[in-house]
Amino acid sequence: MKPLIDVWLVFERYLGLLLRNPAWLATALVQPILYLVLFAPLLKSLASLRGFPPGGAYNVFVPGLLVQLGLFGSASVGFSLIAELRLGVVERMRVTPVSRLALLLGRALRDVLNLVVQALIITLIAIPFGLRIHPLGLVMMLGLVALIGLLFASLSYTVALWLRNEDSFAAVVFTSALPLLLLSGVLLPLTLAPAWLQNVARANPLAYAVNAARAVFLGHLTQASVVQGVSIMGALALAALVLAARSVSRALA
Amino acid sequence: MSLRTDRSRAGIMVETRGLRRVFSSRRGPVAAVAGVDLQVEEGEIFGFLGPNGAGKTTTLRMLTTLLPPTSGDAWVAGCDLRRQPRQVRERIGYVGQTGGADLQVTGRRELVFQSCLYGMGPAEARQRAAELLSLLDLEECADRRVRTYSGGQRRRLDIGLGLAHRPRLLFLDEPTTGLDPQARFRIWEEVRHLQQLGTTVFMTTHYLDEADALCDRLAIIDHGRIVAEGTPQELKRRIAGDVVTIGVGDSDRALVALAGQPFVREALGADGTVRLYVDRGETAMPAILRLLDGAGLQLHAISMSRPSLDDVFLRQTGRSLREQAA
Ligand SMILES: Nc1ncnc2c1ncn2[C@@H]1O[C@H](COP(=O)(O)OP(=O)(O)O)[C@@H](O)[C@H]1O
Ligand SMILES: [Mg+2]
Repeated sequence: MKPLIDVWLVFERYLGLLLRNPAWLATALVQPILYLVLFAPLLKSLASLRGFPPGGAYNVFVPGLLVQLGLFGSASVGFSLIAELRLGVVERMRVTPVSRLALLLGRALRDVLNLVVQALIITLIAIPFGLRIHPLGLVMMLGLVALIGLLFASLSYTVALWLRNEDSFAAVVFTSALPLLLLSGVLLPLTLAPAWLQNVARANPLAYAVNAARAVFLGHLTQASVVQGVSIMGALALAALVLAARSVSRALA
Repeated sequence: MSLRTDRSRAGIMVETRGLRRVFSSRRGPVAAVAGVDLQVEEGEIFGFLGPNGAGKTTTLRMLTTLLPPTSGDAWVAGCDLRRQPRQVRERIGYVGQTGGADLQVTGRRELVFQSCLYGMGPAEARQRAAELLSLLDLEECADRRVRTYSGGQRRRLDIGLGLAHRPRLLFLDEPTTGLDPQARFRIWEEVRHLQQLGTTVFMTTHYLDEADALCDRLAIIDHGRIVAEGTPQELKRRIAGDVVTIGVGDSDRALVALAGQPFVREALGADGTVRLYVDRGETAMPAILRLLDGAGLQLHAISMSRPSLDDVFLRQTGRSLREQAA
């Protein structure tokens, strides 16, 4: 009971911090909307090419955009932890009997909720552009975004605790997130890529998430690619959470 | 178990034995705290005085469960630090050197949240926050973001965060560093007030006047070791007599001329200043003047004072704390 209350307390604190910052939604949504307005139309002319996945430009692009949001939106959460470590905010919490795991889980839950809400808003905005969605597919998509968010938020907190310095944290996070993104087929479908690039992308777990995301938007909820993408993200998210919990209990004992 | 009860009955709030912490650095292991034995009695304001890097923060972080000791034992508020960290956390408050309030949040929210972390329900936490805001005279800025606070307001809020659960023992790490004189005196008043309410305070400082004016007992720490311990009066009395300070062109030659004299108990000097510890300043000063004159040394200034805590520090370490603090 006590650990659950602690998770709730921490979650509520960080959610409040987010909601009281009037700029959060605007800054979070400006980029995806720019992509929708300024980039997605380019795909329309590509949609007739051989190798372009079915479903039309927006049904190919929006799922990728949501996966990108899941990656970049959560990979940077470690910045705030580093700032709090330096300000003594974390020590001040550690000196209380609060559950150490709650300090991680409460934050990560807030991050996941934040992503899911943003993903929902982007999806709704994309409908007038020509996005078609299957209602159950949307629910599964949001679940997938939550798993991606949990995965990268956990990794982000782990790296933040390890480096404890904004500059080296930024270097590590962005140099590792960019290749993940480019090799995931988010911007352009990998079916258009040369064979060697497709082979490299096969090692990128995020590429499976993107495939799964496109399939669920088309309502193919039980396709093999969906099962594959969801289980890969689920397993990795769990592993990353365990890793983060271990580094929290070591670094913030 | 019986040991613990004995300790609390004896009114000992903190006791350490051979407390030690080694950090690994590029140049090999460094003992930031190199075997500290101390006792803090219930109800007192205990001061840890030492220059930057002496090991004050490291000691406090160990005693507050934030950092595991490399070796040694400690009992804090009646609990064994190594075996009962959770019980220690419930009984102590800690205000770190950098504070701990988030700049984006209002003071009231921070106090409510901290009270909840200590297990209070929402209504009780709000009640406690209101009490603390009133106790620390923060009502006026309670609902503003901490970013807008003055240095003194921020420090008082930090102290409030450490007091949320009414601990009987409060650790304060450099509570007045960086504050203007007025704000410092305010903090001193708060600390004295807490003592009147029955709180034991274990604080660190590198200010001599703070240690002298505020602390009932002191331990002077340098390079991770305690070099002297006692009440400020006891410590100063150990350096009996008066201190004569002279400004002279060549302090090395002046030291040679003065060191062997029967009326000089001890002479320390560097960079044009010599400090002489003498039994009676009034009779020593004319003799000093004659001696330096005879040696052909140019005297710029001479003054006499009662020994200060800095003299205690200087005697123990060969360095002045005043120069380091400046
Ligand atoms: N986390 C750490 N890693 C390595 N060295 C440290 C660490 N924390 C403190 N030190 C070193 O230990 C010594 C004592 O530091 P500290 O306890 O902060 O001193 P004080 O609080 O008296 O200024 C310093 O030399 C400092 O550089
Ligand atoms: Mg310090």
